Amino acid sequence: MESILVLTHADDTGAILTKASLETVTAALALAARLSAPLTIGIVAADATPPANSLAATGSRLLAVSGEPFAQPRYATDAAACEALCRAAAATIVLVPGSSRFTRIAAAVAHRLHGFIDTHITSIAPQMQGAPGLASETRESDSPPSAVEATRWFYRQRIEAVLTRDARPWFLLLDAGTNAPYAAEPGSAQVEQIPVTLAEIRTTVTGLRSPQQGTQTIRPDAKLLFVAGAGWTKKQPDGQTHVPEAADLILGFLRSTSASLGSSKSLVDQGGEGQSVLPFLTHLNQIGQTGATPRHPKGLSTCCHGEEPHVVGWRFIAERRAISLDPNCGWSRGKADVVYVADAFQVILKLNALLTQAQS
Amino acid sequence: MPIPLHIVVCAGIVPDPLQTLEPITGPGLKNEMLLPAVLDPWAASALYEAAALAAKNPGSKVWLVSLGPKAKLQQVMMTIAQKVPFELIPIDGPIGGFPDAHSTAAVLAETIAALPGLDRSRLLLFGGWESANRGAGVTLQLVGERLGITDQFQGVDQITLRDDGSFEVLERVEGGKHQVSVCLGAPAVLGWATGNLAEPRNNPQIGMANMRTLMPALQKAKPATLAPNGLRYVSVALPKQQRTTRVVKDLTPDEIAAELAAWIGAE
Repeated sequence: MESILVLTHADDTGAILTKASLETVTAALALAARLSAPLTIGIVAADATPPANSLAATGSRLLAVSGEPFAQPRYATDAAACEALCRAAAATIVLVPGSSRFTRIAAAVAHRLHGFIDTHITSIAPQMQGAPGLASETRESDSPPSAVEATRWFYRQRIEAVLTRDARPWFLLLDAGTNAPYAAEPGSAQVEQIPVTLAEIRTTVTGLRSPQQGTQTIRPDAKLLFVAGAGWTKKQPDGQTHVPEAADLILGFLRSTSASLGSSKSLVDQGGEGQSVLPFLTHLNQIGQTGATPRHPKGLSTCCHGEEPHVVGWRFIAERRAISLDPNCGWSRGKADVVYVADAFQVILKLNALLTQAQS
Repeated sequence: MPIPLHIVVCAGIVPDPLQTLEPITGPGLKNEMLLPAVLDPWAASALYEAAALAAKNPGSKVWLVSLGPKAKLQQVMMTIAQKVPFELIPIDGPIGGFPDAHSTAAVLAETIAALPGLDRSRLLLFGGWESANRGAGVTLQLVGERLGITDQFQGVDQITLRDDGSFEVLERVEGGKHQVSVCLGAPAVLGWATGNLAEPRNNPQIGMANMRTLMPALQKAKPATLAPNGLRYVSVALPKQQRTTRVVKDLTPDEIAAELAAWIGAE
């Protein structure tokens, strides 16, 4: 019989669990119910009481590793904390949120427990299932039915696979944004404190730093992703580049819509090649084959081509529209819902005016 | 004061991003051995950062440990060898994203532990924080764990070495920010994101120097088999991506802006 542990951690404030942690609790509750498996929740926080109280309604066994060393994300302390939680829970399946904090240590913890890990899991199913609607599917015919199957992407979101493992413990690191965050009225929770003996701590976390002064253009919770392509810095019909104007238009749009800004690799790379660049763009904005694959309900692409390396950056965008001067752009081959064949400079100028007018 | 470092970069080879991929039973990719290959992009960032760090610290050495079919490694190294100086440690093994990461890590860790002349107290283990094929982001972490390294950083964009041997690291975290950490010094694992360096230009002199050791190393590459560790693939498929696209050619910028404003405002 399977038993399930979900690992969670507090956010920067220390008072609540991170959204990714709460999403993993949702997935764990669903899996535990389907497998009729006991569920344990482990918490890593400086003070685990407030986060634990938010989980009281789950009725699960709650374990915690607490103390000042666990206030900050750090490999040595987080790995030790999660190892202790896993040993105390002795679960066969461990669900882990795909946060930067736990992504840093989950594989190491699996190794210490003589277990195995699969990451970037987008869904978990308790029994063999097909992948409805998938094209060109290759089903591994000799795969016997198994208790748990996990779905994840390979080749940077270009191939989707359903996999399973016999080996236990099996760690599954869930991608953020794939489940609804767990929410319930806080209660009074009974928490078992798990002691941890730490070796020498050689790393000190000194804080967080934004990549540049000024506007923060990456907003993971935004409803809209705005993608700027290299066309913004190319010569326009008057034979000149208009990079400052492009920057004003893009920032104006971001201010009006609170959208998150993504960029193509080619645009970000121009900085290293000595060309004019948009001053607020960094590699952190990069989406696609060598960048992020963010999750947003809507996406608007401007001045991009639609080659596959770009498209992988859009894999998890629900509604997609694009503005491109090229009527034969790759976007018109079934990758966007709407393609506007137009000059993005003109359209965004008008759009910003409309959005500003609507706000006022 | 320069600090001589021993930097080991783990880097795989992946299909050129512009290639069309088609899964086949196994699982694997159709005509995988025929697809043009490149050094894994984030691991390539790690290699260039390693070379830059070694150049600033005389007495340092860079090893490039790469697992893949010998013939494909040779093809990729013809380009990479012209970029920066390194000693190649090839391992002749399977290509692709579907083998188990734990097995890959075991082979890499065993190879690194056996490197002649490697001083583990000066070891910085570099690699990409994720590969462009499996993309699990666990291999480097597992290698570090097997080598007993308890200071690990993932999604690294910058390392700044200090005179006392300690270093500051910038790691990518949520919300487009960097977490800043200070580590007392080597040994440490750094899984690189993009970093800050552009791809170095080809330098024939570096290429000739690398080639002296590269070809003999490829000839002596040890074969490796990767155990599945109970991993089974139920299905492998291309995503259903075809959308019914409306191509709008005849609207003015004003009309398009109005349509977009309504779309953005709609729930």
